[in-house]
Amino acid sequence: MSDIVELRNHIRETRHFRIRLVISAIGVVVLFGLLFGRFFYLQVLQEEHYTTLAEANRIAIQPLTPNRGLIFDRNGEILAQNYTAYTLEIIPDQVKNLDATINELATIIEITPEDRRRFNKLKLENTRFKSLPIRSRLTDFEVARFAENQYRFPGMDIKAHPLRHYPKGELVSHVIGYIGRISDKDLEQLEADKRLKNYYGSTHIGRIGIEKSYESALHGQTGFEQVETDAVGRPVRTLSRVTPVAGNDLTLSLDIGLQQAAVQAFGDYRGALVALDPSNGEVLAFVSKPGFDPNLFVDGIDHLNWRLLNESIDRPLNNRALRGVYPPGSTFKPFMALAGLELGKRSLRYAFNDPGFFSLPGSSHRFRDWKPGGHGWVDLRKSLVISCDTYYYMLAHDLGITNIHGFIGKFGFGKETGIDIPGEAAGLLPSPEWKKRRFNQNWLPGDTISVGIGQGFNLSTPLQLTFAMMLLANDGKAYKPHFVKQQVDHYKNFVKNNFVEEVYRLNLKQEYLDSVKQALTDVTRPGGTASRAGANTAYTFAGKTGTSQVINIKQGERYNANKIDERHRDHALFTAFAPVENPRIVLTVLIENGGSGGSTAAPIARKVLDYFFLGTMPEPAEKAG
Amino acid sequence: MIPPDIKKAWHYFTRYIDNFLLAGIFLLMLTGLIVLYSATGGSSARVISQLINMVVACVVMWVVANIPLQRMMRMAFPLYVLGIVLLIAVALFGEVQNGARRWLNLGIVQIQPSELLKIVVPLMMAWYFDKAHITLRWRDYVIAALILLLPVALIVRQPDLGTALLILISGFYVIFLAGLSWRLMIGLVVTVTVSLPLLWSFGMHDYQRKRIMTMLDPSQDALGAGYHTIQSSIAIGSGGIAGKGWLKGTQSQLDFLPEPSTDFIFSVFSEEFGLIGNSLLLSLYLIVIGRCLVITASAPTRFARLVAGSITLTFFTYVFVNMGMVSGILPVVGIPLPLISYGGTSMVTILLGFGILMSIHTHPKLVKT
Repeated sequence: MSDIVELRNHIRETRHFRIRLVISAIGVVVLFGLLFGRFFYLQVLQEEHYTTLAEANRIAIQPLTPNRGLIFDRNGEILAQNYTAYTLEIIPDQVKNLDATINELATIIEITPEDRRRFNKLKLENTRFKSLPIRSRLTDFEVARFAENQYRFPGMDIKAHPLRHYPKGELVSHVIGYIGRISDKDLEQLEADKRLKNYYGSTHIGRIGIEKSYESALHGQTGFEQVETDAVGRPVRTLSRVTPVAGNDLTLSLDIGLQQAAVQAFGDYRGALVALDPSNGEVLAFVSKPGFDPNLFVDGIDHLNWRLLNESIDRPLNNRALRGVYPPGSTFKPFMALAGLELGKRSLRYAFNDPGFFSLPGSSHRFRDWKPGGHGWVDLRKSLVISCDTYYYMLAHDLGITNIHGFIGKFGFGKETGIDIPGEAAGLLPSPEWKKRRFNQNWLPGDTISVGIGQGFNLSTPLQLTFAMMLLANDGKAYKPHFVKQQVDHYKNFVKNNFVEEVYRLNLKQEYLDSVKQALTDVTRPGGTASRAGANTAYTFAGKTGTSQVINIKQGERYNANKIDERHRDHALFTAFAPVENPRIVLTVLIENGGSGGSTAAPIARKVLDYFFLGTMPEPAEKAG
Repeated sequence: MIPPDIKKAWHYFTRYIDNFLLAGIFLLMLTGLIVLYSATGGSSARVISQLINMVVACVVMWVVANIPLQRMMRMAFPLYVLGIVLLIAVALFGEVQNGARRWLNLGIVQIQPSELLKIVVPLMMAWYFDKAHITLRWRDYVIAALILLLPVALIVRQPDLGTALLILISGFYVIFLAGLSWRLMIGLVVTVTVSLPLLWSFGMHDYQRKRIMTMLDPSQDALGAGYHTIQSSIAIGSGGIAGKGWLKGTQSQLDFLPEPSTDFIFSVFSEEFGLIGNSLLLSLYLIVIGRCLVITASAPTRFARLVAGSITLTFFTYVFVNMGMVSGILPVVGIPLPLISYGGTSMVTILLGFGILMSIHTHPKLVKT
């Protein structure tokens, strides 16, 4: 019995089991069908979409940074160049304990306290995700040593960067300027200017000087490379490439020899020198002393060096030639003389007996001449040769401030010359409107008198003074002062000469011009204020001395250099051109706290001119008293 | 000519091997080696190492195929007890890796006892059903369920949700094939569905919840957990119909795929061989599964039927879950693609299962008297 039941049960069970197995088999097929449907959807219907995504995954655009343009002086001496240096960089975000890691790093390669200070400054200025240099200019040995230990330092990498180098250092620092690392602020500016794309991959940007004003020419065109990358972003191979185009090479009109001569002629003096070619406005020399080493700034200057430069009493970062404003003093007089002649207030023959002072009608206040007791009979020629103050007090009074402002303004006083480096100061040529605006006070007749000798509210830069002198030297032709003579464009492959622009021309009577030039020539001859500097020249030169007051001398007191603190002594000025017949150079020398123009500034100008015409390099000057 | 005695010896050596099944297995293994070479970026070392895994696994399969069914039945209970003891040992002295306590260090080798239980649990359940009443009662199902849930609970605690789920499924297949009534099964499904939200709130680790969320919307966490699914879908989709060609898949060659030689090896295959390759691979799996189902259908005893059925359906589940996971229709649960993914443990487990199937098929079918 049980056998039969069992057998029946067994058959039933087997049937049941087979049914379930068939259901399972159907389930298998259905679910495989589902997989196939999914594959069909992904690989046929969505293929294009996923192919695009796969391409986007693997292809990355990498910038190819162009070489920055080189800068040469007019004779081909290199002033700014590039070289490749290995830099060790850290991404702060990827390093847990930054200080400890840097300490550990210092056991492998040398990290100076200066490196740390510079790194900390950069860290403050940038986001945590940016790769920042901790050490630059690694030696081959250091590169190898770090590479061995790299696994210990995640977030750090060695990168080869082109670095900027300024071989002449301090000598041309105020002209060339320097480049610095691109900051977040720069990025915003580049984005606003729609230039950001070209800076994808660039690390540096021009900060001041030529490097800044010619940034777009020097930077070049960034190239691009399509590379296949792996999931971590490492390039595997190159797919296509747009070659970068190096920035334009610039040739400056600057003569590095003349620059050197000027710096040497200055000796220990602080001050400025600007020399222009009066036939086209090219800058031949541009000195602001003291200078600084621009190479310090390229990698981001460290805090200590920055403080040393920024807080120095000598203010080496101040570009005196471009932004230093000083009362022009007696160097203002030739322009006053021309104003008197042109506006009919003086004739060439007019002369008066100088009592040594001038007083306004109905006033007892005496505007004193620098020479107590006066110069005797003074005409226009003598007024310039011996630099008579009284003549110009009277002339200023006769012209009135509006005439002075109108006429002298044409020589460029009170406005920028438009030179091709940034940051130029406009100086100040005062007018009643200006005084009202500035001080909310009315112009007083007495204000006019000191303007006549370049004092009072008058302020101008050495560059402005040189520009004005250029107009006098070349009979009224105003050229825009400029540094860049020529650009070599690697993209279009041609040489671009800077167009020399005659900005405007003053219509001045030749007779007057010649008379003033003759008088200025006599300044450098026996009897003139610069006679010592002008002795025994192989060429003719004309000039005007000036003394620019730093502090006001009270009524009834006399200026006595020996009694005054050195930093409060007068600035010495001399502005000149040579040769007189056909001027090839016009220059201005300003010596801060140098005393009188004739004794300090003019001899320095002479040395520079001697180098220019004769090629004699001056011995460094002895500093007076 | 092969001498007759060698031929005889060969015949004797292979008498418990099912040639049809073996051919399918070898074809899949060969495919695996070819893809592995590409997935490892042309590493012969990995291919050789996998070849060794395969040889070891084949030896295991051969040994198991030679064990008669009766002996296998006798081993079920002791093996189950051993498995439970090992799981408890893991819970007490196990090594923690990647936040989970799964490994047991036996000095020379590290073993993962949960792997053993993938085979042992269905074996034990089948053994129980075989020994139970001729007509199964609900009490038998309850006991079988307890046999299943004890190791599953221990594995969930490790935590190793993927393995626990797979063992649960293989146990479920045993119960299903044993003939659990449809009504009860539907009731079970409803219970599970209802308890899922409870499991979500109380029974899951954060990473497990995250995996499920990521499955529902991979783009939600494109650079985190969803990255794998997205990159894998890109690989499969960009393969198109004909594929990019062997060694030419950009997603795999450029390291965009996670675990390209183990869990995500199918993405590599799919990218390089396209829909055509996928269809061939699916067919190959279908043939192997089909052969297994035939073996199951002709199995002589209840024990044999249930074991064979469970092994077959579990094998299918591995294939389905892995392919579903890399193609983005199932969550990412570390399950390798059987016979193709790199790795010794899973290779041995899979071939052990096939060994059992072969033993069932090739040993003389004893009919109970």
